[in-house]
Amino acid sequence: MNSVVDQRKDKFNRYKDLRQNPAELLEPAIKPVAEYGVWDRINDVTDKDSFKEFGFDFEETNPLEFEGYVQKKEELRKETDCHDAIVAGTCKIGGYEVALAVMNKKFMMASMGVELGEIVCQTAEYAGKKNIPFVIFTASGGARMQEGILSLMQMAKTSAVIQKFKDEGGLYITVLTHPTTGGVSASFATLGDITLAEPGALIGFAGPRVIEQTIGQKLPEGFQRAEFLEEHGFVDKIVHREDMKEALTQILMLHSK
Amino acid sequence: MKAIDRVLNARDKDRPKITDYIENVFTDFFEQKGDFLGKEDGSIYGGIALFHGKPVTVLGHRKGKTVEENVACNFGMPGPEGYRKAMRIMRQAEKFNRPIITFVDTPGAYPGLEAEMYGQSQAIAANLAEMSTLKVPVISIVTGEGSSGGALGIAVANRVYMLENAIYSVLSPEGFASILWHDSEKRDEAAEVMKLTAADLLEFGVIDGIISERGSTLSVVEGQEITDAHRRLYTRIDKQITAALKELEGFSKEEIAAERFDKFRNIDARFIETKSKARMGNV
Repeated sequence: MNSVVDQRKDKFNRYKDLRQNPAELLEPAIKPVAEYGVWDRINDVTDKDSFKEFGFDFEETNPLEFEGYVQKKEELRKETDCHDAIVAGTCKIGGYEVALAVMNKKFMMASMGVELGEIVCQTAEYAGKKNIPFVIFTASGGARMQEGILSLMQMAKTSAVIQKFKDEGGLYITVLTHPTTGGVSASFATLGDITLAEPGALIGFAGPRVIEQTIGQKLPEGFQRAEFLEEHGFVDKIVHREDMKEALTQILMLHSK
Repeated sequence: MKAIDRVLNARDKDRPKITDYIENVFTDFFEQKGDFLGKEDGSIYGGIALFHGKPVTVLGHRKGKTVEENVACNFGMPGPEGYRKAMRIMRQAEKFNRPIITFVDTPGAYPGLEAEMYGQSQAIAANLAEMSTLKVPVISIVTGEGSSGGALGIAVANRVYMLENAIYSVLSPEGFASILWHDSEKRDEAAEVMKLTAADLLEFGVIDGIISERGSTLSVVEGQEITDAHRRLYTRIDKQITAALKELEGFSKEEIAAERFDKFRNIDARFIETKSKARMGNV
């Protein structure tokens, strides 16, 4: 039933809709994301009761001594029940043991500072030591401005550690969710052995507004969306949230030893 | 000097450009163009040259001194093809065991339609990842503006130095003010808060040293004789590169890569403290 012809037709229709009325098509994919939290995600992709969160216990970081930054983080910790913009641990997906990290955009748009970068690195290092795959769901507005140059350095730090994990034979799977931009998209988010993306997700280096200001023209509909990246060859597969666990399980099965 | 004065100095169109550094610090430069994937990017300039008689690969962001030159090199803002071109010639340097010297001077990677279409994010990420594995010494010098991932994309080096009036930051002070305070007019204040001067970065441990610009107005005007002040700057750069290469002498190929990896793995170590050891082993 899912012949290649049907798939092509489906894709063609999808793009046609996208061109004619992008909001209608993208809304259902994006809107629920606002409510779909880190723990919903973990519940949906992991085997029941298998997720065990790492017990990280970082001290406060504020390298620029930026005014109001620490207070803001403290408020968000109460609201989100996360110490920073990422949750990491181990779990099973379809019976396969993996290290899993999920970024939490309710925490300062999941921007990347020292703590977040360090958690990505330590999770990759843990996966390397245990010889298990590393799956990460990315979402981010980019670098954590409040941490200045140290946030920029997270790009080099995480990329180096991920590369090492991959060079030593580790399987690294990234799932790009809405939105994955800036310093995160230009580091560990786009280094996957396998790169999945959710439909309609905005993925790019520069934000659409900055690009429009730079080039002085409106961007075409669907620009920087997951489908656009797929068309230009930067995504292995677009996978809907409902099919995510199945897709991950298949990939893990294909890499199992 | 206030931080914003350094920002303006770093951006001064009359500061020496990569072409001046290559001409005055190296000899026998052979330019290499193209990413060999279908594109050439004039905002990255590089190739092979001799440094004190020994072959090196030298590359960096290219800014122009005139409007025409700047249009040709897109004001030093690379697209993905620029990063891929840089990586191509760096991989070649590794093959032929040549040290790599990069000069960083960019307002950032180009935020354009085609740049996004051809994978700006992926190209920068690939450079960060691959540069961390290079088995030859890499030395980077921030000579003007070192702005955002666009700068870092060619600056994952064993040694990173800054000229005295260069800046290195997560983004421009204007962008910083606009994002955090919704007011790009507050750029002077932003420049101060961001801690983007060479002295700040040395304090953070992000760079390894500062190259003095003393006695130099740092402007090179077309057709004008190179002044003694400029000569002194080129000599200081020469000495810094020589010293860095000497420090890395005797390292095996694997040790060179490991040294760079450790540098970036621990670049923020002083800011990371844990109240208690992570309970990772117990999960």
